[in-house]
Amino acid sequence: MEKIIHTPLTEEKVRELRAGDEVLISGVIYTARDAAHKKMVKLLDYDKKLPIDIQDAIIYYVGPSPAKPGEVIGSAGPTTSYRMDPYAPRLLEKGLKGMIGKGTRSKEVIESMKSNCAVYFAAIGGAAALMGKSIKKAELVAYEDLGSEAIRRLEVENLPVVVVVDCYGNNLYEIGQKNYLDTLK
Amino acid sequence: MKEIHFNQIVESVKKLCIDANYYLPQDVKNEIKEAALSETWPMAKDILEKILINVDISKEESVPMCQDTGMACVFIELGQEVHITGGTLEDAINEGVRKGYSEGYLRKSVVRDPIVRQNTQDNTPAVIYYDLVPGEKLKIILAPKGFGSENMSQIKMLKPADGIEGVKEFVIKVVKEAGPNPCPPMVVGVGIGGTFDRAAVLAKKALIRPLSERNKNPFYSNLEQELLSKINLLGIGPQGFGGKTTALAVNIETFPTHIAGLPVAVNINCHVTRHSEVVL
Repeated sequence: MEKIIHTPLTEEKVRELRAGDEVLISGVIYTARDAAHKKMVKLLDYDKKLPIDIQDAIIYYVGPSPAKPGEVIGSAGPTTSYRMDPYAPRLLEKGLKGMIGKGTRSKEVIESMKSNCAVYFAAIGGAAALMGKSIKKAELVAYEDLGSEAIRRLEVENLPVVVVVDCYGNNLYEIGQKNYLDTLK
Repeated sequence: MKEIHFNQIVESVKKLCIDANYYLPQDVKNEIKEAALSETWPMAKDILEKILINVDISKEESVPMCQDTGMACVFIELGQEVHITGGTLEDAINEGVRKGYSEGYLRKSVVRDPIVRQNTQDNTPAVIYYDLVPGEKLKIILAPKGFGSENMSQIKMLKPADGIEGVKEFVIKVVKEAGPNPCPPMVVGVGIGGTFDRAAVLAKKALIRPLSERNKNPFYSNLEQELLSKINLLGIGPQGFGGKTTALAVNIETFPTHIAGLPVAVNINCHVTRHSEVVL
């Protein structure tokens, strides 16, 4: 049975989530990937304001394909998260509570998630047409020049994700694989 | 001498870009279906079923299966008796990519310079490989390559003494290190032999061979099967959440090599192993 999460993603909600939980997210989330992260961290370096309200926010690592006429967005599956690892702790320190992507995270990111009480979700990589269906509204927030990599504000309904790393440091990539291999013994 | 006009190539390449991104080849879909049926781990089964739903949505609604619509890798087999009129083959291919990615609402994912990183806005240039062959046909295979999986690929110059065991060890190591990152279940393309660069091209070519087709040499078809079995005992599973289905296939291509060398390249692809082809 899936857990339902409505944004903003407060610390209280984060604490309820465990690695392996299937979650449906509704509300507002933001897109950002490599180039947007680089720009946001540069703003923090100069003590400038971020283009999004990062407190209790969720960032989705995605560069969607272009919307067809009459559509809100194109296909929108997750990109590989480790490329955002050098930047993620800076945003977690500023109040970011959730990240959606796919693939492994560094020790530094997981430690930062534990100390800042945040959660890492995975969406199904490559199931991008399916994911796009949960996005009801998309609007450009910053860095239009980055095209697909620009920051967008998305309104989502029941976006299907899985908790990979919870705020206690439990990691589904380790637990899931180990539990499966145990069944072969 | 057969003449093929520039515009005919442009239109063909345009259609290939769109088709490859909207429609999964039947052989890949069959492998995913079979895997979904035989998978015993509930989460793995569920993910494979969702992947199949995604394939159907893309086909019915004419949208890309994955938002990463890739860098356009193009394999050309040009008959020696063919004369291209109205412009160069390279320009025609790039114009086709430009049109396909624009008219198909595909993502533009190419930057002009690897360090400066300014998007070219039209997904050009394509990565093109040319083979001159006898005859008067032009075959174009288009394989859009996503970089989630491309980034997990590796190459190694083994010693001849490392032999087949060295090759097996390296392939397994690459898949293990890739883990959940390249969107498993993956397709593993392996190039063995040639030179440093040839091994990599072989690995990429291996990815466009249908998954239902094994290497014609029994020695290598056995190696493909053995590696697939070993990979599917790693437990990585679909999306890395555990399960049997870590890879759908291992495809190996080989070429003669130097007495001092044993190059091995492993090119990883995701479950959206796309390619589309046409013969003019």
